[in-house]
Amino acid sequence: MNRELNSGIPRSKSTLPVANRDHIQGPIDAPVALLEYGDYECPACGQAYPIVKAIQKRMGNRLCFAFRNFPLANMHPYAEHAAEAAEAAGAQGRFWEMHDLLFENQDELEDENLARYASALGLDASRLIKEILAGAYTERVRENFRNGARGGVNGTPTFFLNGVRFEGGPDALAAAVLNPD
Amino acid sequence: MRLSEFRGQPVVLAFYPADWSPVCGDQMALYNEILPEFQKLGAELLGISVDGAWCHTAFSRDRKLHFPLLADFEPKGAAARLYGVYREADGTSERALFVIDAAGAIYWSHVSPVGVNPGADGILSALEELQNKREAK
Repeated sequence: MNRELNSGIPRSKSTLPVANRDHIQGPIDAPVALLEYGDYECPACGQAYPIVKAIQKRMGNRLCFAFRNFPLANMHPYAEHAAEAAEAAGAQGRFWEMHDLLFENQDELEDENLARYASALGLDASRLIKEILAGAYTERVRENFRNGARGGVNGTPTFFLNGVRFEGGPDALAAAVLNPD
Repeated sequence: MRLSEFRGQPVVLAFYPADWSPVCGDQMALYNEILPEFQKLGAELLGISVDGAWCHTAFSRDRKLHFPLLADFEPKGAAARLYGVYREADGTSERALFVIDAAGAIYWSHVSPVGVNPGADGILSALEELQNKREAK
């Protein structure tokens, strides 16, 4: 029963940021929605990070940016705890500050580094580490991973622009967001 | 290894062109992470390419793969030919996915352009359909 033989590229489903569920920056009803599935230890995500920042700066309130964790934990041994550290910081109201520190320090993502970043952000570092070790955010990260894999995320970083998977690198993404048509 | 050893459970057979090439790496890395979902749906995953056993061993160790890689090495591409996914001009297989049901029949298949990672979505949908059918019985 070869239902899909030679059918080409699989379709990807529409994926938009979700209020009260996703970590978002900018208004949820902004005219442009950008969603990233990323891995804090992934070099390509690290390269995309400043480009996303530049896009956000240029777009201001016209952009809603959301980030979902998609750690390739077998390839990147520190990616899972880093993702959970961002979630744990989010539980203390500092997701984006931790997100930035993780991408700005991709070579230093061991647990003691995560604790140091938590302290630097004025968070309860021992709570953050305890929660990570207890797996408090494992299921949330896993759920993002599963949903991503179902939605056409095949690697990192994967961006969805206004709900549609963006095919192309971060520079092309910047061009598409900043100079549409 | 024979596929008939897996009779009674679905098998995901993932043909890919070569160890070490970047897209394959991503594809196998993705499957490595999503493997627990395949297993929850009762399925085994097997990767297969024309690379030899030693190459597979090194690749698998480097990427920390938790599923077996089969060597379609001698006679080269015999399994790929059997599934109709051998690329004569390149000497490798297509990037092709087969979901084989518990009775050993091909239930779903997909051939991707060689440079495109087909992801896991199609496989998961096929395995879910198979599970729903089993439960409906």
